[in-house]
Amino acid sequence: MSLQLFIEQLLNGIQFGFMLFLMSAGLTLIFGVMGLINLAHGSFFMIGAFSASFVAGLTGNFFLAILASLILPALIGIMVEFSVIRKLYERDHLDQVLATFALILIFSEATRYIFGAFPLFLDIPNLLQGNILLPGEIVYSKYRLIIIIIGLFIALGLYFLINRTLLGIQIKAGQNDRQMIRVLGINISRLYTIVFAMGAALAGLAGALIGAIQSVEVGMGEPVLILAFVVIVIGGIGSIKGALIGALLIGVLDTMARLFLPIFFELIMETSQALSLGSSLASMSAYVLMALVLIFRPTGLFGKK
Amino acid sequence: MFKKSISTLIVFLLAISYVYADKVKVGMITTLSGGGSGLGIDIRDGFALAVKDEPNIEIISGDDQRKPDIAVQLADKMIQSDKVDIITGIVWSNLAMAVVPAVVNQGKFYLSPNAGPSLLAGKKCHKNYFNIAWQNDNLHEAAGGYASSAGFKNSFIIAPNYPAGKDALTGYKRYFKGSIENEVYTKLGQTDYAAEIAKIRASNADSVYFFLPGGMGIAFIKQFSQAQVDLPLVGPAFSFDQGILKAVGKAALGVKNTSQWSKDIENVENEKFVKDFRSAYGRLPSLYASQGYDTGKIIVSAMANASIKNTDAFREALKNAPSQGFKSTRGKFSFSSNHHPIQDIYVREVIEENGTLTNKLISPGLKDHSNVYVDQCKM
Repeated sequence: MSLQLFIEQLLNGIQFGFMLFLMSAGLTLIFGVMGLINLAHGSFFMIGAFSASFVAGLTGNFFLAILASLILPALIGIMVEFSVIRKLYERDHLDQVLATFALILIFSEATRYIFGAFPLFLDIPNLLQGNILLPGEIVYSKYRLIIIIIGLFIALGLYFLINRTLLGIQIKAGQNDRQMIRVLGINISRLYTIVFAMGAALAGLAGALIGAIQSVEVGMGEPVLILAFVVIVIGGIGSIKGALIGALLIGVLDTMARLFLPIFFELIMETSQALSLGSSLASMSAYVLMALVLIFRPTGLFGKK
Repeated sequence: MFKKSISTLIVFLLAISYVYADKVKVGMITTLSGGGSGLGIDIRDGFALAVKDEPNIEIISGDDQRKPDIAVQLADKMIQSDKVDIITGIVWSNLAMAVVPAVVNQGKFYLSPNAGPSLLAGKKCHKNYFNIAWQNDNLHEAAGGYASSAGFKNSFIIAPNYPAGKDALTGYKRYFKGSIENEVYTKLGQTDYAAEIAKIRASNADSVYFFLPGGMGIAFIKQFSQAQVDLPLVGPAFSFDQGILKAVGKAALGVKNTSQWSKDIENVENEKFVKDFRSAYGRLPSLYASQGYDTGKIIVSAMANASIKNTDAFREALKNAPSQGFKSTRGKFSFSSNHHPIQDIYVREVIEENGTLTNKLISPGLKDHSNVYVDQCKM
């Protein structure tokens, strides 16, 4: 295997990681601040992709589409927070899981009702089609590079927001002691709504960015949601830094396992078995990592003790 | 006077019993919600179109949500409380494997409008099981044959890591005369193929064959095209169907794919089907719709020749339908001894026609193609 291929795969892993980060950042904040297990987070991923596809079809402008993928999920997030989620904060986790699972079904069927059962079209703009030559003869997709850059900016933005703004201080305080900040006179329900909407917008953005290279269809959010949960368990629930590190770890591990495990098994067994076993184990790699982290650090890499 | 009323009454009763005796209840179990529902909806709509002028067919629909356990529950309910005579509709092989054996062992008919797992064609075949679409390997075999005749010598082949994926690549290899550069199994439901595409780019392959049904295929074709890998792509019709092409866009232009049906196959039945389907539903039919339609037409044909009350006669009528009035939208069609189609499989190319992406027949592919499991089937 050439070094170029290896670096290209590493970049693929990092890109996958940043996509997971966009999903898990919202998920971990919502869990950390409100103590809410939100299974419907994957629906916002789907809503983002569908809004982008709809707006792109209407206007032909990809950048407006991306804007829509931030705004629409945020608005729907606010509506859902007002009408359903708010009633769940004081309930136990099982009730939250049930209610947000119901939301998944409602969102999926509503989307199917509006847009039909067939996948929608969303393509990347001409400007970002094709490849770019990176230093060292590495050919890499322009669009995927843009996803990495957007992910970096979002990570920096969140870091700034959490550590340098009043809202960030309130979020951190909320994570530490929900009762206390209520007593201090901070409008907790407004804070909750903002955090929820922010999480929904990030998930929507991830959905639109990924929708352009995958298929925009009902139920597209749930597989990503499962990995996002793995990420926040690894990173430590409530920690944005943990979500970033966890997402990159999973992204790179998953990609590298897919690349190397079949090759590795081919050294010790017959080809067809090696391919099948290698790809089966590769798809388990994220969960194996999660199990290991849970054994040695039950609260996750950056979780509170 | 009295005699006349008696005879009128008898005629009347006969008429009633005629209408009721031959009433056939069909259970349609298919995927109508969630992922993959486009396929189920097409099968249902195609079937409904085929039987709409047949007053003696009653359809009872159920949504399996692409879940085997729900499909099994639906089949039980349809057999036990709705008393259906025939079940049809299932899209996915794993659901078919869960439902079909139970249905046929209870003396009901199962007509498959899509899934054709090898087990049901071979060791687990059954006299009450008919497949109207294809045996799972068929389209892949044709693709392998096409790749050889197109002069490809070294293929990179890719499929999801599950039984139908392995059947697919086996089918391709059975008819492909060149060598295999690399064989990759991906996770079922995987939607990011960056790693696999990078491998393809770094390989020495001269062609790529992929079997990635549904959203997986959409993602793969888009990413393959965006990565600008300059290799010809070959696939089965599943990834180039009307619903999928809309989502893939121009990335699919020019790709060769294999199918037993295409909307431009020239025969009276097909032209009527395409026209009726468009006017009834306002969209172009897919191969799934054509399979649902053919399934409906086979039942209609069998009903004209036998009563559903006589299971043996009805089975014969199904089996002989191709020579007793049933005309497939695909043209030539007959059943092999294990009740699977013997049919031509064509090579199609994705083209743009009046602004819509669609397929055009380019060559015949495999003629009168049956399946390799015939000998394993003892009915």
